[in-house]
Amino acid sequence: MDQAARPAALQLRGLVKTFDRPAVDRLDLTVRAGEFYALLGPNGAGKTTTLRMVVGLLRPDAGSITVLGVDALADPIAAKRRTAWVSDEPMIYDKLTPFEYLQFVASLWGVESTTAERNARELLDWLGLAPHADERCEGFSRGMRQKVALAGALVHDPELIILDEPLTGLDAGTARQVKDVLQARVRAGGTVIMTTHILEVAERMAERIGVLASGRLIAEGTLAELSLRAGRGGSLEDVFLTLVAESAAA
Amino acid sequence: MSRVATLAQPFSPAREPGIVWLAGHELRLAWRDWRAMITAGNRRRFSTALVVLLLVGLALHLPAWAIVGRFGAEGIDPDKSELISISLIVLLFVSLLLSQAMESVTRSLYSRGDLDLVLSSPVPPRRLFAVRIGANATLIAIMAVVLSAPFVNVLIATGGPRWLAGYGVAIAFGFAMAAIAVAITIGLFRVLGPRRTRLVAQIVAAVVGATFAIGIQVAAILFYGNLASGIMSAPDALVAFVPAESHPIWLPARAILGDWKALAIVAAASATIVAAVTLVVAPRLGEHSIAATDLAAPAGRRRRRAMRFATRSPARAMRRKEWILLRRDPWLVSQTLTQLLYLLPPALLLARNFGESTGTYVVVVMVMVTVGGQLAGALAWLAISGEDAPEMVATAPIAAGAVTRAKVEAVFGAVAMVLGPVVAAFALLSVWHAFAAALGIAVAAASTIRIQLWFRAQAKRNHFRRRHTSSRIATFGEALVSFSWAAATGLAAAGSIFAAFSAVVAILILLMVRAVSPRKAAEAT
Repeated sequence: MDQAARPAALQLRGLVKTFDRPAVDRLDLTVRAGEFYALLGPNGAGKTTTLRMVVGLLRPDAGSITVLGVDALADPIAAKRRTAWVSDEPMIYDKLTPFEYLQFVASLWGVESTTAERNARELLDWLGLAPHADERCEGFSRGMRQKVALAGALVHDPELIILDEPLTGLDAGTARQVKDVLQARVRAGGTVIMTTHILEVAERMAERIGVLASGRLIAEGTLAELSLRAGRGGSLEDVFLTLVAESAAA
Repeated sequence: MSRVATLAQPFSPAREPGIVWLAGHELRLAWRDWRAMITAGNRRRFSTALVVLLLVGLALHLPAWAIVGRFGAEGIDPDKSELISISLIVLLFVSLLLSQAMESVTRSLYSRGDLDLVLSSPVPPRRLFAVRIGANATLIAIMAVVLSAPFVNVLIATGGPRWLAGYGVAIAFGFAMAAIAVAITIGLFRVLGPRRTRLVAQIVAAVVGATFAIGIQVAAILFYGNLASGIMSAPDALVAFVPAESHPIWLPARAILGDWKALAIVAAASATIVAAVTLVVAPRLGEHSIAATDLAAPAGRRRRRAMRFATRSPARAMRRKEWILLRRDPWLVSQTLTQLLYLLPPALLLARNFGESTGTYVVVVMVMVTVGGQLAGALAWLAISGEDAPEMVATAPIAAGAVTRAKVEAVFGAVAMVLGPVVAAFALLSVWHAFAAALGIAVAAASTIRIQLWFRAQAKRNHFRRRHTSSRIATFGEALVSFSWAAATGLAAAGSIFAAFSAVVAILILLMVRAVSPRKAAEAT
């Protein structure tokens, strides 16, 4: 299907959030269903604030959020049912095993037992957690904890997966596993939105890239489109730094 | 330029850090911990907190005057009966110090803190851990002095400076108990390994802290038949049984009475214990600390049986999760066991006076309601404020109110699981009093849970290492409300109309706590 013809998985219109200064400033953003979208920006650009508003962890001051056709501000429960959130800090229960954690998450999302068990076992195998499925998470490394958190996000088969710096602090092998799982989700028709400071990852994995600065979307498109916009070729890093510098100067 | 020079000077130690420098570092950290503890992290409250502490300390001199005032003025003949009584008080004091010291040692052993930094530095680990043991012992000794101060001050005021020896004994026992706590914990470590030691040490600390106080009550009940008497006058059978007045067992009691020779022996014994533990344990404390904190590295506990993967309704899943987490919390298990221990003396009183007086039933009802309220408050604090995966729960497709409701139900369920069998057993003796107890527990639990909802402060459970991270107001509020409901229930069970008065007091306390709670403040703004 032509990209433009695909329905929107996420649509933000005039989104505003102000703390002591504007963190997100009248942001318009559309991510199509089945797309792998990378959201980049310097520290403090408003990436995490934007995503936290999308998943219902923050209430916007103004604007609208539509998730898979559902008004996420009017009916947050319906939007949450189809969404998963993975933060940079893996938040799991130290005293639960991965098996128990997935069981708990699947219950919260109301997944039927047989489907949930099949998904859980597949994910545990895929992420190399099966041998540790019955061990408490308190002894796990950061990478293993991140994999458990990711398995929790995927166990309820979300249509939209939103990840905030999911690869921070992971070793190469674990990072590869996480990337493989995300790409498989996109191939299966899911939508992935991810923030990252690892620009090579965005360059290699994302179909489209959005660049945020000072709470605004300053550029968006494929790497070729961004290069054109920046007026220079080279790596995504070069293009990104040029765009951000231009935005700061403007 | 000058600013850089000013900063650089104290920043680079000229030589390898010595014992004094390390001790200063440890004590500075301890001071900041204490400040944070009494101010709940708000530095601006420090002067207020200090004034409040001072006033409380001064107020404690009044009951101390009532208890020991006459001994200072009249003096105490060191006969066997008095020596037994003083020794029992020393033992009570020592059990409290040992409990605190064990708690402190376990906590420092199992929290990584600055361990990575100090062990990777060129400072010899033996020196570092010797200082750490010393600092710990100093803090316990300071605690001993603070706890004994009201009594010793009253004795000095009424009986003269010879009672200063009381401070000497407190300091000696503070140091000795800290060293013994290190030895016990390391002993457990070697026998049980790092994983089991954490649970066992915390339970031992809690039980040691409660056992002697409860033991004295039990002895008083068995000898005299009530909870209040007995501590200051030993029974004849015990007097006949114990060794003569000249025996070394009475040295601490004699030291307290102003026998300077006895005090010197007690102080020397304490110094020997500290030195021995430091010499033997300090070199090994480093490897034990690493093993304890490296609990994060090896795989966790393996379950023995394969579990069935069954999803539940969100509310059921939430309740089940809370119960699993509460059950697997070693600190909480030890605290709950301690609270249940407090049921032992009234139970004994009940057994002894069975059928003789309904007054005993009323005492049991009141103790059960107090325990129920306190237990519910502790559980609610962990379940409601402690959430390890708050973002996952917040992004789940269930309303926030439903999550809170499920957590509250989990707390009620846990209280019912712990106290239900006790109430059921009580019902075999008196259905009416058991009914009153059940009702009182429910109301007290609802009140303390409500307080925790008002003072809710989301944090990860492993940051809740100690109860004192909860709001002081919430903790005091919970205690006062529990006591008030206990009084109301007890009076109601006894058929007194004053029950209504106590109930009104409980409700007023609740309203006052709500008025100063962060929730109320947030609503107002």
